[in-house]
Amino acid sequence: MMPGITDVPSAGEPGLSTTAERKIVTASAGEAPGKDWVIVARGLTREYDMGGEIVRALRGVDIAIRRNEYVAIMGPSGSGKSTLMNLIGCLDTPTAGEYWLNGMLVSDMNDDELARIRNREIGFVFQTFNLLPRASALHNVELPLVYGGVPGAERRKRAEEALDSVGLSDRKLHRPNELSGGQRQRVAIARALVNRPSILLADEPTGNLDSTTSAEIMNVFEQLAESGQTVIMVTHEAEIAAHAKRVVVLRDGMVESDDRREKFAARISG
Amino acid sequence: MHLLDAIRLAFQTLRVQKLKSFFTLVGVTIGVMFLIAVVSIVEGMGSYMENDFVAKLIGTNTFQLRRFPSISDASESEWREWVRRPRITFDDAKEVAAALPPGAMWSVESSDNIAIESRFSRPRELEASAVDGDYFRIRNMEVAQGRLISPQELALGSRVVVIGQEIATRFFPRLNPIGRTLKVGGTSYEVIGVAAKQGSIFGISLDRFVIAPASSPLQRIVNPHGLIDGMKVKMPTTEGMFDTRETVRQVMRARHKLRPSQPDNFVMETSESALEFWKKIEGNLVIAGVILPAIALIVGALVIMNIMLVAVSERTREIGIRKAIGAKYRDILAQFLVEATTLSIIGAAIGVALGIILSQAIAALSPLPASVAPWSIITGILVGAGVGVVAGVYPASRAARLDPIVALRAE
Repeated sequence: MMPGITDVPSAGEPGLSTTAERKIVTASAGEAPGKDWVIVARGLTREYDMGGEIVRALRGVDIAIRRNEYVAIMGPSGSGKSTLMNLIGCLDTPTAGEYWLNGMLVSDMNDDELARIRNREIGFVFQTFNLLPRASALHNVELPLVYGGVPGAERRKRAEEALDSVGLSDRKLHRPNELSGGQRQRVAIARALVNRPSILLADEPTGNLDSTTSAEIMNVFEQLAESGQTVIMVTHEAEIAAHAKRVVVLRDGMVESDDRREKFAARISG
Repeated sequence: MHLLDAIRLAFQTLRVQKLKSFFTLVGVTIGVMFLIAVVSIVEGMGSYMENDFVAKLIGTNTFQLRRFPSISDASESEWREWVRRPRITFDDAKEVAAALPPGAMWSVESSDNIAIESRFSRPRELEASAVDGDYFRIRNMEVAQGRLISPQELALGSRVVVIGQEIATRFFPRLNPIGRTLKVGGTSYEVIGVAAKQGSIFGISLDRFVIAPASSPLQRIVNPHGLIDGMKVKMPTTEGMFDTRETVRQVMRARHKLRPSQPDNFVMETSESALEFWKKIEGNLVIAGVILPAIALIVGALVIMNIMLVAVSERTREIGIRKAIGAKYRDILAQFLVEATTLSIIGAAIGVALGIILSQAIAALSPLPASVAPWSIITGILVGAGVGVVAGVYPASRAARLDPIVALRAE
């Protein structure tokens, strides 16, 4: 047993939802997970040095996510969910612990290798959309392919297909400021998917949208998940999290609970 | 990311930020403009010196025997030595002419400013030359009207003159000067020819001259006591030049009774030796002409660096987005470097265009000739590119080093 596991506090609640997940996480460090597992984090720790004071944002998080899962990561602010998202998204590396993404040990990679992984394996959807304001929708969607070294003609074709798939065929040459919030987020989703990533990683994807548009976007995620796309969504809203098939709750830098949706729903309502 | 994508991106950014880009360019534009203008003028003067000036002054395959160099930047002490040298005389010239190989041409010339007058104009001090030998053939001078001075007239010292175009119009306005009388230094001469137009150097007309035989009374006024200003020797080809110069040197050393240890106390100038002086000035002009634009270019580089630093901080979020979706260190580095370089190349290109216009304007409005050298255009563009790279490196590496998480949080 790894020490991280015994640290999980939530009295009586198991940190991981199934025994298979428990098993893959508690396997000896450095052991590559099988092909089914898109994400395996073992004892993920991230500390920040804030002017001499060490802040422990994550204190040994264990998570295992299978291919095609639809997972929400929840928690109040300060729970470490943003830090965890940065680690899962390969924007950051852990102070300690292992992070396996699609069979690759990401936690040891340098900046350029991380950039390549982000380009190929991860599709980001942000709360604030994060589109390039001066570029057309099409160019925004093309961007990951530009950095992936895809030649121009194919790039354009794939970007157009991605925009078609989110229902924005007629908005290709519009700039972000000419689009509604929902349309912007769709462009962002098209951009996230254009490189056929292993995971779609969404950070509060409905945070800047009204409830109708939110429902629309959640609908898109649901369809994607159903079509076999692995989706990981970080949110502080239980309602949004409840759309996912599985909900991981963080508190104080540790996994507080990791349940199927039904159990999670039962617990928060009860 | 491909270079082409980076360049396209740079143009996109420039299009969006036209005004800012324009101000960014100004420094580089001014620097390159002056670089091109200065180099063009110096080049123009250089080719002018080589092709026109020296050829008109001395001529090809020709050397000039003189007491001291006609063009130089001699020091005080050199001057003092030169003025002590014995002067060249008619007798020297005769002996030199006798020693020349067949086919060689020679001429002697003495000039001074003399009062010239005609019935149609007030007197004026202008240059008059007393010449002998193959003067007209060496100078390649032909007449527009009348004829040249014949060998018989040269030998007899006839009172005849060939005049330049300006002299013709000044002293015989709207008249045919041939056969009319021109008073040179108080003696009357018959105008027998008007020379073809000679043009000008550095705005000084070459058509203001009066030429009379060396044996005419003029000689005594311009150079008394059998002295001459100098003697020219022209060889039919380059080959005989060296040997002929040696022959002339030996004749002159013998006449000046120089011991073997003593240096020559006369010079034999060729167009090359006259050009050496020019080369020396040209070097200095180029250095001065490069330092001033260099200062403008340094300022231009600082402006670009500053603008790029502002651009990096303004576009922090964009950099964060790009990094999040997979831009590597060198992708971002390339983006900003290419942007800075594109900016400064555009600036340089505008500078080249303005520099060409400026040098043409100078050539048109002043006697300074200007010719734009192709290498200076290429250099201008390369300098622009260099400025861009140098100015872009620091901002670009700052952009490329940004932490994507921090950058994404930027407003």
